[in-house]
Amino acid sequence: MISSDNIIEISNLHFSREERAIYQDINLKVPRGKVTAIMGPSGIGKTTLLRLIGGQLKPSSGAIEFDGDDITQCNRKQLYKVRRKMGMLFQSGALFTEMSVFDNIAFPIREHTDLSESIIRKIVLMKLEAVGLRGAAKLFPSELSGGMARRAALARSIALDPELIMYDEPFAGQDPISMGVIVRLIRELNDALGLTSIVVSHDVEEVLSIADYVYIVANKTVIAHGTPEQLRHESSEQVIQFMQGKPDGPVPFHFPSDDYKKDIFNNA
Amino acid sequence: MLDKRLQSLGRHGVDFITGAGRAGALLIGALKPAGRGLKLLPLLIKQLYIVGVQSLIIIVVSGLFIGMVLSLQGYTILVGYGAEQSLGQMVALSLLRELGPVVSALLFAGRAGSALTAEIGLMKSNEQLSSLEMMAIDPLHQVIAPRFWAGIISLPLLSAIFSTVGILGGHLVGVDWLGVDTGAFWSVMQASVEWQEDIVNGGIKSLVFAVVVTWIALHKGYDAVPTSEGISKATTSTVVQSSLAILGLDFVLTALMFG
Ligand SMILES: Nc1ncnc2c1ncn2[C@@H]1O[C@H](COP(=O)(O)OP(=O)(O)OP(=O)(O)O)[C@@H](O)[C@H]1O
Ligand SMILES: [Mg+2]
Repeated sequence: MISSDNIIEISNLHFSREERAIYQDINLKVPRGKVTAIMGPSGIGKTTLLRLIGGQLKPSSGAIEFDGDDITQCNRKQLYKVRRKMGMLFQSGALFTEMSVFDNIAFPIREHTDLSESIIRKIVLMKLEAVGLRGAAKLFPSELSGGMARRAALARSIALDPELIMYDEPFAGQDPISMGVIVRLIRELNDALGLTSIVVSHDVEEVLSIADYVYIVANKTVIAHGTPEQLRHESSEQVIQFMQGKPDGPVPFHFPSDDYKKDIFNNA
Repeated sequence: MLDKRLQSLGRHGVDFITGAGRAGALLIGALKPAGRGLKLLPLLIKQLYIVGVQSLIIIVVSGLFIGMVLSLQGYTILVGYGAEQSLGQMVALSLLRELGPVVSALLFAGRAGSALTAEIGLMKSNEQLSSLEMMAIDPLHQVIAPRFWAGIISLPLLSAIFSTVGILGGHLVGVDWLGVDTGAFWSVMQASVEWQEDIVNGGIKSLVFAVVVTWIALHKGYDAVPTSEGISKATTSTVVQSSLAILGLDFVLTALMFG
């Protein structure tokens, strides 16, 4: 019965880019119907993790169970079927530059359903209203600010009412007002539509305010997990360092490198 | 030292083979529209406009000038033998067999091929291709296929237009300016140009060039390193590689057809 409570179960996952290991033996569970946050320093592989879940990257070993299917074993056709249950908000928004905002959001609906244009129009306007961009329906992505583009992309990723939605850095580049709007939106969408959400971010406060469960990723694996309340009281140095944003501590701020002094004075 | 060279040779070999494999997979993916026939039609029409119609001006202008130059050069040579009556034949055969297909393909590589590579490279770098994937839509069907077919349909037509305009340009210079008899210009041309030998063969050449140029352009964009530097490199190599491929293949095809 455990598996049906979790929409995703990642077990013993290994993944490396070229020679460099990104993940070594990571285990992670995403409870159904909840907002799960994945936090971690920049460049640690959070986006990579979302791509692994989406089946865009293949791990070197381990299993990623999504709603009963092992993503790592799926062929292309099965993968496409599984992905219809997923929505993903990319870090850069990834709107289609050749279409208006309206058509961007209508696009997945037109592709995957046979709904009439008048119904599609209603759905699109509803999604746009939810992100506060109904007035921008006719604009093209090049005419939007970075933050607006992110919100438009958010509307697109919920266009088909997926079961799981993955947000990659949804708060980056948002002003405090739209940040607040998005925080509330993620929560509301999650609860009203019965979605499951994964939020990847390093905005500690925002994440702790909406997440039901939090994973902190570093050193190629999960270093801590728990409810926001538990993490606030976590005594591990690594977690305290990350939550309070200190550069020095057990979590390295630097990309792996040779000794600094040696590198600087070595003029070979 | 030798070790390093061997290694880099090996790496280049492996890169080349994986590249060829990916290019093959791209072609296969683009060729089977997988039951989305009707949905692809509007995309195809849009790409025909961008790839084909928007290349028209450069093709027409170049065709006109090449025809005019051919006629001028041809006249000065032919008139020495008193054979200026054959000017029409010379202009038409040069254009239909060689210059039409080859020059229009080179122009097409520079105008449309480079644009295709840059566009697809950018779609890759701002995650548009990934987000199609995540929407369970195959970018090969949505993005690559319409562009591929648009290229294959456009280039042979452009090259036919090139040759036609070139012949008119030749007429302009040869007949209207240099005074070759217009009846002779057309009738010698009509008597010497063969349907199979000249027109069909020229068409086959330009179809082959169309496949190669479009394929290279799409593959380079799809495989580009998704950064501004990577995209600019990919665009350059589209133009260089397609041009070389056109000229090399032209020799092979000519040898097979007329050799
Ligand atoms: N296409 C790629 N090829 C090679 N290495 C890559 C590629 N994409 C990412 N990486 C490497 O993988 C690591 C993880 O990247 P990822 O984008 O997942 O980080 P992230 O945690 O999302 O960072 P950020 O918070 O800055 O978005 C990085 O160190 C990066 O160097
Ligand atoms: Mg990232």
